[in-house]
Amino acid sequence: MPESPSDLLILALGNPDRGDDDLGAAVARRLRGRLSPGVELRELPGAADALLGAWEGRRDVLVIDASAASGAPGTVRRFDVADGPLPARMLSLSSHGFGLAEAVEIGRALGRLPERLRIVAVEGASFAPGNPLTPEVEEAAERLAAGLLDELGGS
Amino acid sequence: MAETVTPKPDSPETGTPESGTPESGTRENVRSLDLKVEVLARVEGEGGMHVRVRGNRVEDVKLNIFEPPRFFEAFLRGRQFTEVPDITARICGICPVAYQMSSCHAMEEACGVEVGGTLRELRRLLYCGEWIESHALHIYLLHAPDFLGYESAIHMAADFPEGVQRALELKKVGNELLTLVGGRSVHPINVKVGGFYKAPSRSDARAMIGRLEWARDASIETLRLVAGFDFPVFEREYEFVALRHPDEYPFNEGRLVSSAGLDVPISEFDRHFFEEHVEHSNALHGRRRHGGAYFVGPMARYNLNFDRLPASVQAAALEAGLEETVNNPFRSIVVRSVEMLYACEEALRILDGYEPPPAPAVEVTPREGVGHGCTEAPRGILYHRYRIGADGSVLDATIVPPTSQNQPTIEEDLKAFVEDHLHLPQDRLVWQCEQAIRNYDPCISCATHFLDLHLEEVE
Repeated sequence: MPESPSDLLILALGNPDRGDDDLGAAVARRLRGRLSPGVELRELPGAADALLGAWEGRRDVLVIDASAASGAPGTVRRFDVADGPLPARMLSLSSHGFGLAEAVEIGRALGRLPERLRIVAVEGASFAPGNPLTPEVEEAAERLAAGLLDELGGS
Repeated sequence: MAETVTPKPDSPETGTPESGTPESGTRENVRSLDLKVEVLARVEGEGGMHVRVRGNRVEDVKLNIFEPPRFFEAFLRGRQFTEVPDITARICGICPVAYQMSSCHAMEEACGVEVGGTLRELRRLLYCGEWIESHALHIYLLHAPDFLGYESAIHMAADFPEGVQRALELKKVGNELLTLVGGRSVHPINVKVGGFYKAPSRSDARAMIGRLEWARDASIETLRLVAGFDFPVFEREYEFVALRHPDEYPFNEGRLVSSAGLDVPISEFDRHFFEEHVEHSNALHGRRRHGGAYFVGPMARYNLNFDRLPASVQAAALEAGLEETVNNPFRSIVVRSVEMLYACEEALRILDGYEPPPAPAVEVTPREGVGHGCTEAPRGILYHRYRIGADGSVLDATIVPPTSQNQPTIEEDLKAFVEDHLHLPQDRLVWQCEQAIRNYDPCISCATHFLDLHLEEVE
């Protein structure tokens, strides 16, 4: 359980069995056990309703997810939800048409967003079932995890 | 109040049909039309659709689908029969219970084991959870926007927050039921051949009753809401196929019956149905042996099993304006709501007086043989057939998912619908084509992706 609602919650999204959609879990593997006590880390498949439930009552949430391929695999993009709507195509990787972008915008409409919600998206190249991360995304996961540990004061 | 929501003026049902077609224009007497939707949203998975029109005739309809279960069938070979429920559950994040149930039943048949009593009830309870979460998602967040004139649930949420909140809460109740029986809500881990690893405690089960009572009331509200939608006029003759059980609305067991008079044990599935490869799709198409298309899912179950619904659910269905047989697939959203209500009622029946079973599973010893499983996934019958060796290893596997079976029917619906509605403006016709596809809540790949809609008219 979180120490307090003001602590940071990191939500790592994706399906580890779907190629670069393993990005969230790959970052989580590198962070687990190394984060300071005020940071909670959870892995989720990424369905919108689960996201809305996960960040309910939280003030500060950071979501890590793979984004759809558009020719620059491994590119890291950061969004603060307060800045405006997400680019829906970029974050619409849910196989059920109801994922992160939907959670953010429905949360916005229903007043169910955390005070601060940031999203880090790493562009994938391949989401084929059973494939491992592509090298560019693996490298991005490594950099992202190291950066987060620096930023958040982990070990 | 949710029920005061009315379709937007530009919704497809309320607009005035217009003649002529845009963009490609008209050349002499041969109309030319090219309608495209790059990504068809609000379906499970992704695929492609191509409709070619010449004059007033639809020349061709193609639903292009990439379907992973074929891979699963290959890599199941050599695995132990006990691993199959957990492996096949991975085929779909929205209907994993269906895969677990069909595979468990198949393995138990192969091994000569029957699972009854409280364990059987728990399986039905688990299935109730899956129907509730799957139906709630589709009714409100994927299909209702079509009827209310919104591009998506996101656009709907601002005007209709009560409905979206209700949907999310209903889905949550379904997920809680999956967690209670299955251990977690996505890809449950508590299911095994022979039963479960652990049965829910009495107190945990009873704690769900209040939640299910709320969900039952919310399902009644849902039914009243969707009953008020406008439905495009569209009916065809279908062969509906579903399970039918002597005493209950079907989840796990029954004979395979159809509206054309088929009535056989599930072990005869392969004698009456087959899958064929079509050039334009990686997904196999399910057909009857005589070549006809058939229709599985909520409307098929309802039409073939209305008399198996409890009186209260029957009354609610009739009050919602349904007859005992429904032939307009656009009304499937109402039928799906009836089934969500049924799943809540059935879950309450099972939870009421639940006592944990003496053992969470029955012992299953492998033997050489063939087993069949056919259960009612939210989208229709899911057929599994396995041959296992004496050591319990899988020798071969066949999985026929519901959306495979509905593909030819979806294509035939689109052909008939487009030909009947060529007077509509292009954007409205595309909208209603997408809506017609969503009537089937297609789980296009059960994991993978891509459905584009192209409606092309040749000159």
